[in-house]
Amino acid sequence: MTPLQHYLLFSALLFSIGLAGALTRKSVILVLIGIELMLNAGNLNFIAFWRYGPNPDQMTGLIFVIFSIGIAAAEAAVGLALIISIYRHYKSANVDRIDSLKG
Amino acid sequence: MSGTFFAIAIVTIAGAIAAMSLRNPVHCALCLVIAFAGLAAAYLQLGAEFVGFAQILVYIGAVAILIVFAILLTRSSEVKSGKYFSGASWIGIAICIILFAAFARAIRSSDLLTGHSQPPRATVQEIGIQMFKGTRGNQTNYLLPLEVAGVLLTAAMLGAAVIALQENSPEREKHSDAQPTS
Repeated sequence: MTPLQHYLLFSALLFSIGLAGALTRKSVILVLIGIELMLNAGNLNFIAFWRYGPNPDQMTGLIFVIFSIGIAAAEAAVGLALIISIYRHYKSANVDRIDSLKG
Repeated sequence: MSGTFFAIAIVTIAGAIAAMSLRNPVHCALCLVIAFAGLAAAYLQLGAEFVGFAQILVYIGAVAILIVFAILLTRSSEVKSGKYFSGASWIGIAICIILFAAFARAIRSSDLLTGHSQPPRATVQEIGIQMFKGTRGNQTNYLLPLEVAGVLLTAAMLGAAVIALQENSPEREKHSDAQPTS
């Protein structure tokens, strides 16, 4: 296997772990942690393809990851604010109990 | 190269598994920091210094701390005796194992590039030139996307503050109204 395939397998494993957490955990915050892990696996793929790709001088993968990190930070901030707001409303951070949109 | 890669991968995967399976959410957040640090090391090993340090600053410095604060504010750090996985968790785990098997099969059977032996040069200066000016081969610059990302971050921060504050204010007014009468 080439080094690129090692990195792709590593990132696929990380993505699967993140997805498993997001699908199975009860706490909303841990679901968000799983989503962050999946985002990071995607970023790792971009960097690996940039490093081993045919045209690394154009740095498209690198710049995509820089933007992706910035947007992920915004997503985490809004997501955690929503979690705090939902917790105030339902007095619970359990995804199984948050099942209605009505206030 | 291979030994370092496997060390980084094992540490990162172990951190990720611990972050997704431990019972106490605070421990999960701290294990997430280990996974993020391992990813930053992987970026550094791939020759992307700027992204590696940005990963440390943004994820370990900001996102992980934000998650710890959210855990403390929602009081989910109190370990409950009940279940901490939701109902039919084996279906989720089975889906993820099938997904990883599909990924692994596709990756192993694909005829991917062998790549360069030398890591490409990507200093901060070159990233800046590429982002603001474009290079000879690639005339596109990323000035407008950068501005849009800045506006998005500002809007997200303001929105986060508004969302997190909202429902508290009427109750607090009620409290302050009720206290003088009592």
